Amino acid sequence: MMDILRFATAGSVDDGKSTLIGRLLYDTKTVFQDQIDAVEKVSHDRGDDYVDLALLTDGLRAEREQGITIDVAYRYFATPNRKFIIADTPGHIQYTRNMVTGASTADLALVLVDARKGLVEQSRRHAFLASLLQVPHLVLVVNKMDLVDYSQEVYENIREEFTQFAAKLRLPDLTVMPVSALKGDNVVTRSENMPWYDGPSLLHHLENVHVASDRNLIDVRFPVQYVIRPQSDEWHDYRGYAGQVLGGILKKGDEVMVLPSGYTSKILSVETADGEVDEAYPPMSVTVRLEDEIDVSRGDMICRPNNQPNVAQDLDAMICWMDESAPMRLGGKYSIKHTTRTARTIVKGLQYRLDVNTLHRDEEANELSLNEIGRVRLRTTVPLMADDYSRNRNTGGFVLVDEATNRTVAAGMITEAS
Amino acid sequence: MNTPAHDYQLSQLDLLEAEAIYIMREVVAEFERPVLLFSGGKDSIVMLKLAEKAFYPARIPFAVMHVDTGHNFDEVLALRDQRVAELKVQLIVASVQEAIDAGTVHEPKDGTRNRIQTPVLLDALDKHRFTAIFGGARRDEDKARAKERIFSFRDEFGQWDPKNQRPELWNLYNGRIHTGESIRVFPLSNWTELDIWHYIKREEIELPSIYYAHEREVFDRDGMLFAVHEMKQPKPDEEVFTAMVRYRTVGDASLTAAVRSEADTVDLVIDEVASTRVTERGATRGDDKFSEAAMEDRKREGYF
Ligand SMILES: Nc1nc2c(ncn2[C@@H]2O[C@H](COP(=O)(O)OP(=O)(O)OP(=O)(O)O)[C@@H](O)[C@H]2O)c(=O)[nH]1
Ligand SMILES: [Mg+2]
Repeated sequence: MMDILRFATAGSVDDGKSTLIGRLLYDTKTVFQDQIDAVEKVSHDRGDDYVDLALLTDGLRAEREQGITIDVAYRYFATPNRKFIIADTPGHIQYTRNMVTGASTADLALVLVDARKGLVEQSRRHAFLASLLQVPHLVLVVNKMDLVDYSQEVYENIREEFTQFAAKLRLPDLTVMPVSALKGDNVVTRSENMPWYDGPSLLHHLENVHVASDRNLIDVRFPVQYVIRPQSDEWHDYRGYAGQVLGGILKKGDEVMVLPSGYTSKILSVETADGEVDEAYPPMSVTVRLEDEIDVSRGDMICRPNNQPNVAQDLDAMICWMDESAPMRLGGKYSIKHTTRTARTIVKGLQYRLDVNTLHRDEEANELSLNEIGRVRLRTTVPLMADDYSRNRNTGGFVLVDEATNRTVAAGMITEAS
Repeated sequence: MNTPAHDYQLSQLDLLEAEAIYIMREVVAEFERPVLLFSGGKDSIVMLKLAEKAFYPARIPFAVMHVDTGHNFDEVLALRDQRVAELKVQLIVASVQEAIDAGTVHEPKDGTRNRIQTPVLLDALDKHRFTAIFGGARRDEDKARAKERIFSFRDEFGQWDPKNQRPELWNLYNGRIHTGESIRVFPLSNWTELDIWHYIKREEIELPSIYYAHEREVFDRDGMLFAVHEMKQPKPDEEVFTAMVRYRTVGDASLTAAVRSEADTVDLVIDEVASTRVTERGATRGDDKFSEAAMEDRKREGYF
């Protein structure tokens, strides 16, 4: 069966992320002729020496003018067993929130470094963000090996330095590989220029990395998204709770609890438009019907009585601040969006601000500005049904929205709910 | 939905379907006045199918709207009306011809109506006070579309600002807007042309017959095959001939070209799409060829 791997690029500006994606698409022959023609023409008109494969993803006018990526580009390709959804993200620090957007749904992150420069602050920031977002698989791609004579020593030094840094992060699965995005070494096929490297090519790794076990199939979490009540004679008494399964497996006859009310009932049926299903699991979109008529509405959470999320108004969370117009301040009030529930929240405390380079915690800080990361304590107006982000990305993640500007100003990952 | 596999893995089509249904339900739960753009083309037919599934057994809880350039293929309009009747949804037609007659837009000299669709669309959205507008655009169609969020914020002029998009994390979509602003929503963002066809096959979805190979009188202009149409006449030096063709996309009939094809069944179309070397817009859209950033520019103005 064909499955899907979502992956995102990361790393500092100009380290070759877009070129690598261009190379991957080009060498797997998944770029269309008219796209190649268009890219060749632009490169030629600009007087480039070679075809700039980054143009395959840098699709905005401003990106092409400046030669950088500004916002995420989503690209698709497939090999016989897998469809790939690629998020090519920007390296520029100003656009970190766009990198976070791309990485939040990724199963795997490719963190690129330029072999000549080694690790720079932005490589560390992005690796840290990938670990904070708990992207389950990380590949450190040492790029531009052609510019360092394919030197094993250069590669080993970077690998060593990164491994030391990574020891302080939570990275469940780390792979390192040397490539040249420009020349294609180790991208789709293994390179003859680096006989000392005995690992797989990047494509081979992407095709084989095991992602099925990354989902939480244990804790039943079903946030009610919408109540389906047909106003028709045929379906007169029908009442179904529509939503997407965020964890666990739901079956007919299972005893369930609805939070925050705490009412219990049994599952009468799990349905889709194609009929009843035996089991529902993440990330299926289904409709659940209950045996009892209890009050259930959007924002409620269906779970098992013996396995409940925290019903919490006080949250400890890591926050990545994403708004340039104003910093996050103590006492600031925001709208919080978490699963299908929206509430208001106030920032009660900022435990520390993190220096992503050294991972030093600054406990004196009292605000977070653009791209800064810190640990905060929030109080919400109504309870949220939350898990630690490390147990479930979807019941542990939230965003903050500024109520005046409506901008999405922060991404949050719950570390403790009470 | 297929029978679940033992390892609780969903197939790629099931994943895409689950995501699209989730997005549609979010919109209906959070917006007062959503509308779905429905032209009778393959992507909008798939999108409407997903809407049908998302709210089953209730009726689709929003209206559909067609921005009608007046240059239509009869088969497409017929299927549009058939689906609307089957699903008992309300159809709103925003007519470019009426806007031309009323003098609110002016027909360009070359007779192409793509650009003047945008003000007609924006007027209709305004008039009906729609706040969320479902579009069938896919990110694999074009390099500017590849950059767009699933919830795409538009200001009170319907404009897209690609340099200032809202962050979009996990499956949390920020739909907050001020009066006059709106959100364009793209449930098919992560689908490719091939996914669409696999889905059409799996769900046995009926499409306008012109998506399958048939004989047609065409002429060649700039390497694209155009049907002879009252709005698209060959020039004296352009020879008209009969060829086996099909349409890969269906838009304004005066702008959309056919491609040579023998694929007259869904399986053959899938084989053809899987092996093609040209994008669907590159092969069939006269309108996108004019400039490098044609799509970005039109989107900035409020186009889909
Ligand atoms: N010699 C050499 N040059 C490379 C390689 N990979 C990328 N480059 C060049 O590095 C420059 C930047 O490449 P991009 O792919 O745009 O970098 P990026 O990481 O996408 O940059 P941002 O998206 O703006 O952060 C371009 O001039 C590329 O041609 C490589 O492997 N070898
Ligand atoms: Mg780039």
